[in-house]
Amino acid sequence: MFSYILRRLGALVVILFGSSFLLYNLSAISTDPLGDLRTSTAENKEYLILALTRELRLDLPPPLRYFIWLRGVLGIFTGNANFGLTREQEPVIEAIAGAIPTTIRLVAVATIVAIVLGIALGITSALRQYSRFDYGMTFFAFLLFSLPIFWVAVLLKQYLAIDFNDFLVTAKISPPWIIFFSALVGLFWATIISGTRRRVLMVFSGVFVANSIFLSFISATEWLSYPRLGPITIFIFSIGIAYAVTYLSVGLSDRAALKSNLLLALIGVIIYFPIQSLLDSNRPRVGILTLLAALLISAVSVSFIFARIDRGPVIRTSVITSVLIGALILVDQMMQAWRPYVESDDVNYRPVATIGQSTIWLTEVSFWVRVLDFAMHLVLPTLALTLISFAGYVRFSRGTLLDVLNQDYIRTARAKGLTERTVIMRHAFRNTMIPLTTIMVGDVAGIVGGAIITERVFAWQGMGTLFNKAINSFDLNLLMGVILFLSTLAILANLIADLLYSALDPRIRVGAGK
Amino acid sequence: MARKRREVEIVNDANENAILNKETEGLSQGQIVLRRFIRHRAAMISVVVLFTLIAVVYTSLDWRLGDEKDPIVIPGWWKYGFEDMPELRYGADCVGDSIGCPTIDAVPFFDGDGIALGPHPFGQDDIGRDYLALVMRGAQRSLLVMFIIGAIAATLGTVIGSLAGYFRGWIDAILMRLVDFIITVPVIIIGSVIGFHFGNKGAAFLALLLGLFSWTGLSRLVRGEFLTLREREFVDASRVAGASNRRIIFKHILPNAVGVIIVSVTLLMSGAILLETALSYLGFGVTSPDVSLGLLISNYQDAFTTRPWLFWYPGIFIIIIALCINFIGDGLRDAFDPRQRRRLSRKEKANARAMANRSDLA
Repeated sequence: MFSYILRRLGALVVILFGSSFLLYNLSAISTDPLGDLRTSTAENKEYLILALTRELRLDLPPPLRYFIWLRGVLGIFTGNANFGLTREQEPVIEAIAGAIPTTIRLVAVATIVAIVLGIALGITSALRQYSRFDYGMTFFAFLLFSLPIFWVAVLLKQYLAIDFNDFLVTAKISPPWIIFFSALVGLFWATIISGTRRRVLMVFSGVFVANSIFLSFISATEWLSYPRLGPITIFIFSIGIAYAVTYLSVGLSDRAALKSNLLLALIGVIIYFPIQSLLDSNRPRVGILTLLAALLISAVSVSFIFARIDRGPVIRTSVITSVLIGALILVDQMMQAWRPYVESDDVNYRPVATIGQSTIWLTEVSFWVRVLDFAMHLVLPTLALTLISFAGYVRFSRGTLLDVLNQDYIRTARAKGLTERTVIMRHAFRNTMIPLTTIMVGDVAGIVGGAIITERVFAWQGMGTLFNKAINSFDLNLLMGVILFLSTLAILANLIADLLYSALDPRIRVGAGK
Repeated sequence: MARKRREVEIVNDANENAILNKETEGLSQGQIVLRRFIRHRAAMISVVVLFTLIAVVYTSLDWRLGDEKDPIVIPGWWKYGFEDMPELRYGADCVGDSIGCPTIDAVPFFDGDGIALGPHPFGQDDIGRDYLALVMRGAQRSLLVMFIIGAIAATLGTVIGSLAGYFRGWIDAILMRLVDFIITVPVIIIGSVIGFHFGNKGAAFLALLLGLFSWTGLSRLVRGEFLTLREREFVDASRVAGASNRRIIFKHILPNAVGVIIVSVTLLMSGAILLETALSYLGFGVTSPDVSLGLLISNYQDAFTTRPWLFWYPGIFIIIIALCINFIGDGLRDAFDPRQRRRLSRKEKANARAMANRSDLA
């Protein structure tokens, strides 16, 4: 195993060497950094040309210049790497290091949302193969495949930022919209829960009525203008989470798990009160850590109290529930910062931001307002990236689950008399995750590349901006820095995907038998 | 009771299989694939839509052939060219004082008159150029780029993949390292570098270069196919019979790998049209004075609030083209997949069940 990783890392160096040589020469041959100067009318034109030639070593042919650049890069092994300077005389490595966090923030949230939603919908689609829901989902996925992201982004800016901000001023949902949304949600659930026509109609009308009441309530209380959860809502949601997590993970028949999860919901609400002052204090990070630690400790201890035998699954379930409850409390905290944020002069009642990664001139505000500001700037780019990449996960998880469900061991599991939940969640879903994991990891580099367009549309200052700048100003050092970073990421992601594959699937042994 | 039902189900399955097998009796592989494809409703609709669209788009504008000064003109069905500058309609001619508003009237009777195109159905751009002509020209360019990338990637990917997979050894090692070099850098990055430097040389040249970098994924797939197929008995048989390498590759193995190739090229083409629009949007693709759909969107994205039609029409064309190609690719994948079973219609299922019950009674 170790020698396999070493061999792969060796191959990585060779590949990076090859691809950087290819691209360096391609860009060096086709660019002319002196082009601007040649046509300029400056008096000291000759001198400027000479200076730039000396600075960029333009007197040497590109392959030779590549090796000068390479010598600096290879310094990485001796500890003093030199990726060169940008045209603004800033070290390339600093420019890239400054851009990475922004791009990661942009990509990470979108990827997680896309994976979770994509897998959930893909699996539902597979379990309801050839139903109306399945056909609808297939069409929707293909539609998303065919959308140019910058086109979607402009639409999102108009309808979800500009129009939605206008709407938030009053936050009154008009009756036609309530009916429309409720019908949409009702249709969604009615197609998932298929069955006899009577049952479909029941589901549709039930969801429709419940949703209409819910939306009318939201509209009447102006909840969207004054969002808050409060202890009671958190408690109700926590009980819902407890039931859902228990059902999906071990089944409701496991009384010990159900009891400990429900108790956990109660503990969550009790913790809610003392933690408020700590979260609002000037050390909110300590508050967050305390909250999570308290919830995790209680999760483990309640499972120890209720479960006498087979504690593993119960502990796992409780930990998942406790993390979700913690997230709920933190969301509530962010909602408490909503009014101060919206009413501040810089935001001026337009909370959904269309450009930039944060309101930079927003100073002297509390930690939670700052977090909320980040979140509001993330909404649109994340949504755009999610819409584009989630279609792939839907299709792939659907296909994989269908493949798995046709395997013999699934038939065996059913024949043993296991419940359908156990068959799907334990036997089928886990095996579906193996190829999915490798796909996800392998996609990371591609998504970072795709973020270039998103960053441009939403004016974020990340890797994409650097890349655009590098190309437009003939900045070879910066360009090569970005490319080197992205290709290293791609190769490392592939290596990790292979290793994960062998770790998850014991039948596969990497590096053996070669 | 449950066991009884299970037995009936098994017989039922067997009968459904019998119905499906009967359909393919005496047909060649190609005919079976074609039948399956024709049965895929979404794919067939897409084929019709796509070909209609291509015909409409390419016959809309005048074709100027021959030399610049004295061209042979084949007139198109649309009165304006994409370089013509008719008078810009504004003010009283337009609703709500907008500039260059669209005159298409697709809603019959609602506003008192029927369906009509008007002088500028899609509106006009800032300097009065007819937007329908611009969109048509853009679609022509985007389709051209798509087909060129598809053709080059298909040829290169197939040839390189088959050579690597068939000969293995050092040829494989060299070719696959080349693939690694290219595949590590995201396509959009390579595309931007190329597009920035060569975008002004015309859409066809840009597509040619992009095609030179888009074949890598396909070549890996083809190589994989060849690695398994070359170990099969029919290859041994033809080799013993004295067939040359070229004959084995092109006559024996390649026809068996054609399904994978066709499907993957279709999907590659839908990726290509999105790549072209994305590059043009970034400013690294087709540049003015030429027109492409991505460029049109990029130019008029800021006009969305005031003149949304400038933004909608090119976008809708991109989506229709990409969507059709995706569905065709899906239909082809289903058609070539030997495990794919057709869903029986309700009537056929009833037949199978009736047969099962009859054998059950007997």
